[in-house]
Amino acid sequence: MLDDFFIRALIAGIGVAIVTGPLGCFVVWRRLSYFGDTLAHSALLGVTLAYSMEFNIAFSVFIISSLIALTLIQLQKRTNLPGDALLGLLAHSSLAVGLVVIGFLSFIRFDIMGLLFGDILAVTVDDLLIIWIGGALILLVLKLIWKPLFASTVNYELAEAEGLNPDRAKAIFTILMAAIIAISIKMVGLLLITGMLIIPAAMARNISSSPQKMVIYSIIGGLLSVILGLFSSLEFNTASGPSIIAASLFLFILSLLNIKQSIKLKN
Amino acid sequence: MSSEQNILVKLNKAGFSLNNKWLVKGVSLQVEKGKIVTLIGPNGSGKSTTAKIALGIYKKIDGSVEKYTNKIGYVPQKISIDWTLPLRVNDFMVLTESLDKESIDEALSLTGVIHLKDKNLGDLSGGEFQRVLLARAISKKPELLVLDEPVQGVDFTGEIALYELIKKISDELNCGILLISHDLHTVMSATDHVVCLNGHVCCSGSPMDVAKNNEYKALFGEQASQILSRYEHRHDHVHTSEGEIKKN
Repeated sequence: MLDDFFIRALIAGIGVAIVTGPLGCFVVWRRLSYFGDTLAHSALLGVTLAYSMEFNIAFSVFIISSLIALTLIQLQKRTNLPGDALLGLLAHSSLAVGLVVIGFLSFIRFDIMGLLFGDILAVTVDDLLIIWIGGALILLVLKLIWKPLFASTVNYELAEAEGLNPDRAKAIFTILMAAIIAISIKMVGLLLITGMLIIPAAMARNISSSPQKMVIYSIIGGLLSVILGLFSSLEFNTASGPSIIAASLFLFILSLLNIKQSIKLKN
Repeated sequence: MSSEQNILVKLNKAGFSLNNKWLVKGVSLQVEKGKIVTLIGPNGSGKSTTAKIALGIYKKIDGSVEKYTNKIGYVPQKISIDWTLPLRVNDFMVLTESLDKESIDEALSLTGVIHLKDKNLGDLSGGEFQRVLLARAISKKPELLVLDEPVQGVDFTGEIALYELIKKISDELNCGILLISHDLHTVMSATDHVVCLNGHVCCSGSPMDVAKNNEYKALFGEQASQILSRYEHRHDHVHTSEGEIKKN
């Protein structure tokens, strides 16, 4: 069964969606979408390093993205530049350096399009293991830091005052972001990973009344996007990443109808 | 009375500066079990800053803080909650500690907002939200309560009731309370110890002592010290009839 590339892609996508669901909610709540983008852009550098040193891609991306995240935190502390400028600086310079390094690696055949937008054909059985084991670890850690992370998302000072150590939770969450990007890069591609994090969560926000519900709807939204997206990419021979994201956009538009209805009800 | 083991938090010549400007400096105070310590002072005198130093929110401080408890309930003066979160009152109650339904309901009933339990936090009025904040802080039965203007925006009758509740909580839970208040009436009535701040500690002591202090008079005016004498008169009646006080 795992011989079929499409089944492999489906299993991989489902694994990714289960993890991006709850993480995406935090990305939306904490306004981290550009942070996610920056980490994803830096992933290209990680991929090129993996190729040049014959390293595992997910692992290499994880290391590079974590380093970029730590660099960002240091730059925020030590410079007077606004956060969005620093994000842009890191995102584009790491993308550029990654592309330059690719130029030097002319002896390797690179599927740039697959890297940027995801490629179902590329998902191997090893990738499945990485996605499911890595994903399970991410969810486990997220569950452990849920209380301090969520409390400090609502209000940092309350969390700090009542002894929850929000700074540690934030640092761990940053690492989890690097990890999800590392394991999902082959599926959705580095330009679209943030979409996978944000769009199902945004869809869920439109139809949920509590944080728990938003997480559940976000996971369901991600799963439906993966299934819809992958089947249509098979049907229309389109790239997997964009097809999944387009499917999630479709779900988001449907969720807008719900908002309109509830506003009407209020009036 | 003030035996060492009753101390919940103690500030030793604590101060905090931001951008080379001292917000507050040289504050020494301690909060003990079952005692209410109140910080008073004009705007910008460092009351909230002192509370945040005591809570450990500010870390790079001058002097030192000794904290002997981790069971803390905090009602901040300003709270900005991001409405991108779908958050009901019920979710907010268990924000920093998991509680059973009874504790949540009890606390919400005490502050008079049990009917708002399933409402979205963003739909509450200022006064309602303030009551929820107080309910959340007391629901976990803390050893130390830090209340930064806990009744702001609450209607007049509610204000009196909430201050009575705070006093009751301090007695029942035997918890220490660090209270910041602008309402001198309340301060002078329910408090065990008053610290008058103006960037530093102007004066401190029992409400009676502070009211007589010249620096206090200079800060709040002659009228402020008369509040106390007026209040003291009223205080005699608290024990005979609670209803009369509410009419005043």
